[in-house]
Amino acid sequence: MTALLETRSLSKSFGALLATRDVSFTLEEGARHALIGPNGAGKTTFINLLTGVLAPSAGDVLFKGSNINNVEQAERVKLGIARTFQINRLFRGLSVLENVYMAIAERVGAAPDMFRPAGKRQDVIDEAMELLTRLKLADIAHKTIPELSYGRQRLVELAITLGLKPEVLLLDEPAAGVPSAESHIILDAIDALPKSIGVLIIDHDMDLVFRFAKKITVLVRGAVFAEGSPREIGANPEVRAVYLGQATTHG
Amino acid sequence: MSATPVRSDNPAALALAVRHRFRLAETLPWLLALAFYFAFPRYLGFGTELLITVLFAISLDLALGYAGIVTLGHAAFFGAGAYTVGMLAKHEIWTEPVSGLFIAAAVAGAVGFASGLVLLRTTGLTLLMLTLCTMGLLEEIANMAAEVTGGFDGLDSLPIKPLFGIFEFNPLYPYTQYLYVLGVLLVCFIFVRTLVYSPYGHSLTGMRENTLRMHAVGAPVRMRLIVCYTISAAIAGVAGALWAQANAYVNLSVLGLDRAATVLIVLVLGGYGRLYGGIIGAVAYMVLAHFLSKAYPTAWQLGLGLLLVAIALFARGGILGMVDNLTRPYKERKAQ
Amino acid sequence: MIVEIANMLLGGLAAGMVLFIVSVGLSVTMGLMGFVNLAHGGFAMIGGYVIVLAMNRLGVPFVPALLIGFIVTAAVSVVFERLLYQRLYRAPELDQVLFTIGLVFIMIATVTLAVGPETQPLTLPDSLQGQLNLGFMAYRTYSIVLIAIGVVIMLGLWLGFERTRMGAQIRAAVDNRRMAESLGINITRLFTITFAFGSGMAALGGGLGAEFLGLDPQYPLKYLVMFLIVVAVGGLGRITGVFYASLIIGVLDFTLKKYLPQGGTVFIYAMTIMLLLWRPQGLFGRPA
Repeated sequence: MTALLETRSLSKSFGALLATRDVSFTLEEGARHALIGPNGAGKTTFINLLTGVLAPSAGDVLFKGSNINNVEQAERVKLGIARTFQINRLFRGLSVLENVYMAIAERVGAAPDMFRPAGKRQDVIDEAMELLTRLKLADIAHKTIPELSYGRQRLVELAITLGLKPEVLLLDEPAAGVPSAESHIILDAIDALPKSIGVLIIDHDMDLVFRFAKKITVLVRGAVFAEGSPREIGANPEVRAVYLGQATTHG
Repeated sequence: MSATPVRSDNPAALALAVRHRFRLAETLPWLLALAFYFAFPRYLGFGTELLITVLFAISLDLALGYAGIVTLGHAAFFGAGAYTVGMLAKHEIWTEPVSGLFIAAAVAGAVGFASGLVLLRTTGLTLLMLTLCTMGLLEEIANMAAEVTGGFDGLDSLPIKPLFGIFEFNPLYPYTQYLYVLGVLLVCFIFVRTLVYSPYGHSLTGMRENTLRMHAVGAPVRMRLIVCYTISAAIAGVAGALWAQANAYVNLSVLGLDRAATVLIVLVLGGYGRLYGGIIGAVAYMVLAHFLSKAYPTAWQLGLGLLLVAIALFARGGILGMVDNLTRPYKERKAQ
Repeated sequence: MIVEIANMLLGGLAAGMVLFIVSVGLSVTMGLMGFVNLAHGGFAMIGGYVIVLAMNRLGVPFVPALLIGFIVTAAVSVVFERLLYQRLYRAPELDQVLFTIGLVFIMIATVTLAVGPETQPLTLPDSLQGQLNLGFMAYRTYSIVLIAIGVVIMLGLWLGFERTRMGAQIRAAVDNRRMAESLGINITRLFTITFAFGSGMAALGGGLGAEFLGLDPQYPLKYLVMFLIVVAVGGLGRITGVFYASLIIGVLDFTLKKYLPQGGTVFIYAMTIMLLLWRPQGLFGRPA
């Protein structure tokens, strides 16, 4: 079986700084994979390479076995690679429903339509409401983003991305900054993701990573430092030295 | 999964589903415009100018208010339309008014498309500068190519054919102009209204609110902006063409920073991104300008400056935004 | 031939120096806060008026009048900055554009009401009038003096930027504002001081250039695009960049006006458009 998403000897340099070094990585269908690493390990750069925000300096990105190095960001989304953002990147002036409508309208190809009212695309509205119901956001679908708690905003972030029906879902610190009283709604939503999607989660929160991941890749200074099951990674003394120890002392 | 019931009970879904529907109150501006025709026959020249300003402001609203393209050079397209009509008429190549509008729209749209293709790769200050410089460039070219454009003096006594071959354009008694401009405005307004309530219009607001996110939901952002900019330019071109036809002349004033700044002020005064902001803003601005700017030009400028500062600091939604804020408590009470 | 070229160069450089003195503050404040300040030329105008009125009505000599212009304009700009500008630092560009256009209107109207709509004549002191013998040719003394002043100001600013603590803070903040803040640099104070100093410089430029740019209430609008072009071509927040851009544009404008009185501006607009498409950060700016 070919991997859903794969990188081969992927490298990215910014001038003299090598932010990604020779990373070969695979994400299988239905994977629950975590990418961890200390600050500055190049996790966000790696995500940007996968989504096409950045072009690699060397190496390849493959989706279902075909090379997508030259495929633009928007095209990769159409292929089925979607991501969430660390900081909120929502349409702040619009309602929750309109936020999700935006993503679904793009996916189903409704967005270029200039002459039919948006409100007559009942299919898009229905799908958006269904998604919001699933994420327990339907009651607040009419509210604009600034009216929501931070945890709810993160959930809208996830809703927009799920509206794209991705096959590969990249979650960039989905629960960062969410107060602990609210973090369960994010975790529940992640647990409830469709089984078939390949999910890559990037996070500092070890509880979240170990609860969620079946496989963990540790990135240090841009290169793959270790890879294995949570048990293996947890027991790896070197990983503990560079990362886990540091993280656990922080809580 | 797909058999989920229509969630029409959800207020958000309901609001979205009826947002585009025609409301009776929307006929009001048009009825007032018609009433103006009968009530103030002596002010029809002013009324024509006002209607043209509305159309120009609406075109800017599409680019700036909906798609969030911050431009200081929208008069470039107004001027392109005006000069197209002016040059074709002066050199007796084309003098029929209605088809002239289409030609002007095509030319202004082409200018918009070509400049958008290169300009819209940039954002922020660079984009602002580029729009300014493009307009300056066109203005200088119009100034220089005096052979065809009339240079600094412009082109006057344009021989525009009667509308539908029957109704004469008389610069002194602009009855025909007023109704003609009103008709064109209505058609353009309905087009823009359809556009902004469509999924395409919705995606324009998405680009205004967060361009990066639009990339991440797979939208071809640049192409969509270029298309919007082109449409907006074409409508601005129609406004410019109407101006040239109604006045039977063109000069450099159609292309300058003054006109670009004025339409921006009109739109912001009314409230941008609100469809009716251009109408309200144009009425408020033009009426004030008409009574104040000639009698007390300096005081008018001072007042306008203070107004702009106040809008930027305290009332970003313009007049319609203030109305929204005032009526919100009432609407919320009604909703509960 | 050589005399002609020297004529072009000296005339253009003198104009360029004035452009530099006016625009340098705009470049630094725009680079520092990302604030689109279309009212910068207004401060140049205010300064110019203070200087000219001090000379014509109070009989203050040229040099002290320049100083008074600097101080008064800097003081006025602090009031504007603290009371108004500051509220819009994080606002969308459009609000900044509207606000500063509004401010320009207010400045124009105020000056018209207070002083009148006519052009204010600036009479240079006798010592600056006449011609200076350069050996191979004679040239207007005032132009040579302007060039000298421009070079001195450039060197002074450069030293200030490179050698003082304040200069280092400004450079750091232009490059990475968040980093600078986390290093404990007081950005608010830094910006007030920079803004005041930049406005004071604009005032100097307004006074020094009044002799050939003219000075009337429409000044801020008339030269708005010119100042913006200089800043955009030079790169935001780059003192040397603004310097070179000013000189290039000064010489170009001067030469073109002489040989192509009709089409000169077209060339400058076209050049700016090409340049910004090729390097959005300007000739001397760093890529974002």
